[in-house]
Amino acid sequence: MKITYPYMGNSHIAIKNLLERLGNEVVVPPRPSKKTLSYGTQHAPEFACLPFKILLGTYIEGLEMGADTIISTGGVGPCRAGLYTTLQERILRSLGYEFDFITLEPPSRYLNALYKNIKKIINRPMTLKEFWHVIRFVWEQLKLFDMAERKSFEIRPLEVNQGETSKVYRECVDIIAEARTIEELKEIKNEVIKKMDSIDRRKDFEPVKVGLVGEIYVVLEPAANLEIEETLGELGVYVERSMFFTHYTVSNAIMDLFHLAGERNVKKAARPFFNEMCGGHGRESVGNAVLYAKRGFDGVIQLSPFTCIPEIVAKSVLPAVAKKYDISVLSLSLDEQTGKAGLRTRLEAFVDLLFKKKQKKEGRFA
Amino acid sequence: MKIGIPRALSYYTYYPMWKTFFQILGLEVVESDATTKKIMDDGVKEAVTDACSPIKLYHGHVMNLMDKVECIFVPRLVSINREATFCPKFLGLPDMIQYTINNLPPLLSPRIDLKKGKGELLKICYRVGSKFTKNPFLIYKAYRNAIQELKNYAASFLKGAIPPLKLDSSQTQKGDIALAVLGYPYMLYDPYFSLNLIKKLIDLGAKVYTLEMLPEKAKLKQADKLKKTLFWTYSNSIIRTAYHFFENKRVDGVIHITAFGCGPDFIVDKLMELEAKEIQMPFLTVILDEQTGEEGLKTRLEAFVDMLRLRRIRHENNISLHG
Repeated sequence: MKITYPYMGNSHIAIKNLLERLGNEVVVPPRPSKKTLSYGTQHAPEFACLPFKILLGTYIEGLEMGADTIISTGGVGPCRAGLYTTLQERILRSLGYEFDFITLEPPSRYLNALYKNIKKIINRPMTLKEFWHVIRFVWEQLKLFDMAERKSFEIRPLEVNQGETSKVYRECVDIIAEARTIEELKEIKNEVIKKMDSIDRRKDFEPVKVGLVGEIYVVLEPAANLEIEETLGELGVYVERSMFFTHYTVSNAIMDLFHLAGERNVKKAARPFFNEMCGGHGRESVGNAVLYAKRGFDGVIQLSPFTCIPEIVAKSVLPAVAKKYDISVLSLSLDEQTGKAGLRTRLEAFVDLLFKKKQKKEGRFA
Repeated sequence: MKIGIPRALSYYTYYPMWKTFFQILGLEVVESDATTKKIMDDGVKEAVTDACSPIKLYHGHVMNLMDKVECIFVPRLVSINREATFCPKFLGLPDMIQYTINNLPPLLSPRIDLKKGKGELLKICYRVGSKFTKNPFLIYKAYRNAIQELKNYAASFLKGAIPPLKLDSSQTQKGDIALAVLGYPYMLYDPYFSLNLIKKLIDLGAKVYTLEMLPEKAKLKQADKLKKTLFWTYSNSIIRTAYHFFENKRVDGVIHITAFGCGPDFIVDKLMELEAKEIQMPFLTVILDEQTGEEGLKTRLEAFVDMLRLRRIRHENNISLHG
C-alpha cells in the first residue's frame, strides 16, 4: 500500500512521519504548483472552490507518482469540504485511476467508521504504547512547526535585512523535519528559538498589527494564499493568525470526540453579528475579527476561496464589525487566477492606510 | 399591520403556507413585486459581491418591500428533516440582510429547525403568532390552515401543475419530448431570472417534469445511491430526482439549471453529469446569472430539444430495422 494525502502547510512532513511509522509506504505529495492547479482546474467543476481544485490536482500528482491509496478528511457540513472526497473519488475513477480512498470522518458522528479507517492505516504490528509514542512524536513535531511559524510572524516586520527571517525560518523547518525522536525535538526547540532570536532587528520601528482570518485551507497553505504572511511581514506588519494546525485539531477533532464545541470564546464574540453555525469557518472569521478589534489590532484580513459559502456570509457581516469597532477589514477572495503582484498591490495599499490611520490616532499626523 | 414577504428563495416552496398563516392572524400580507430589472440591479448593488445571483435577488426583493411594510419576514431556514440543512446562505440570510441593507424595517426572523421532529413547527408558529395575537386558538387555527394550504400547494405540483408560473398539467404534460428540468425552485419559477425557461421548453414541444412533481417517497428510494448524503435539503431533492429519472429512463433528457456562483451545485452538477454520461442520458447544464441573454439561452434549448428528437427518430428506426 502506497499512501498519498493532501498537502497543507508544514503538516505534510509530520503526516509523512506518522504514516511511515505506522508501517506504510508513503508518496509525499509535491508542494502545490501551477501544474497541480492546472490538473485541478481541468478536471474539477468550474465553481469548485480553490482547495477542491488544489487537492484534486495533488491527488492526481500523487497517483501519477505511484500511490494506490489516498487518505483525506471528511466533515459534517454544511460546508462543501465535507463532500470533497465523495466527488473527488468519482472524478478520479472516471479518469481511469484505480485506488482506495480512505476518508477520516469526525468522531462524534462516525466513531466506528473512523476506528476502522485508522486500523486500515496501521500496517505493522505495534503495541498501544508504541502507537501512543508515534502520536506523541508527531504531535510535538507539529507543535514545533507552529511555534517556529508564530515566531517568524513576530520577527519578520522588524528584520533589518529583508528576507532573512524567511530564510532562517525555512532552515528551521528543515531542521525540525530531520528530527527522529522526542528528545531530539526538545533540543531542536532551543536551537530554533536561538536561531530566530539572532536575527538582526530594528529597535525604532513599531509594526501595525493585522489579524488573519478565513477558510482553513487558504489560511494555512502558503501556495494557496501566495505567501501572504511573508508579503505582509516584509511590508512591516505583525501578523497574527487565527488558526494553526495543532490548535485546529484540538478545538475540532478532539473536542468533537466528546461532543464539545471548540473555540467557545470566538463563537460568543461572533454572536451579535452571526447567529448560526454556517459550516466552515464563517462564524470563527467574524468572531476572531471582533476579538482582534477588542485587542487593539489595526486591521483584519479575511481570506476565502472564491464561492466559499460560509465566508460569503461572513464577508457580508464584516463591514458591520468594522464599523462598530473601528477596525479596517480587507476581504480577499482567492482563485486560480489570483496573481501575486496584484495581491501585493492591494496589500500595500491596505497597509499604507493602516500606518496612516495609526499615526493619526497617535496624533502624529501633520 | 403589514408584513412583507420577499418573492425569492424559499418563497416558491412555502409562500402559500406563510400567507395563510399571517392572514388568519389578521395581518395584511404584501409580496414584493415580480422580479424586474430594477429589483435585480438593486440586489446586485447592495449584496456582497461574490454571493450567488439568487441571494442578490433576495436583497433586491427585500429592498422592494422596504417602504411598503412595517415588518419583513426573513425566516432563518435551518432544516426540515434530520438528514440535511439548507444551504449555508439560507442559514445566515437574516444576518446578511440585517448588516447589508440600511434603514430596514424590523425583520421577523424565526429560526426554523425541524431536526427534532415535525412538532417543532407548531412551537415555532406559536412563538411567531404570539407576537401578533394573545389568542392561542387563533394561532392553532392559523397553523392548521397553513399546513393544509401547503399540502394543497404540494399536491398541485404532484398533479403536474406549476402554480407559481400559472401553468396547469394540460400545458406542462402535452409535448412529445419528455424532459426533467431540475433546478432550485427559486431559479426555475422566477420567470425573469430563468428567462421563462419552462415556458420556452413547453413552446418547443417538451413535456416538463420538475423536482416537485416527484413524490417524496420516490426520491427517498434513490437515497442509498449516494455514498454520503449531501448536506443540503434542496440539493438532495435534485440529485434524487435525477437518479430516479436515470433509473427508469422515462425522460428523453435532463436539464440542470443552476446559478453562477451556486455553492452546493458544483458537487450536485458534477455528480449528475458523471452519472448521466455513464448511462448515456443526454444532459445539459444551464448556468444562469443576472447577465444571461435570452437569445443565447433560446438557441441552446432549441439545439438540445432538436438533438433529442433526432436521437429518438434514430432509435425508432433502429428498432424497426432489427425488430
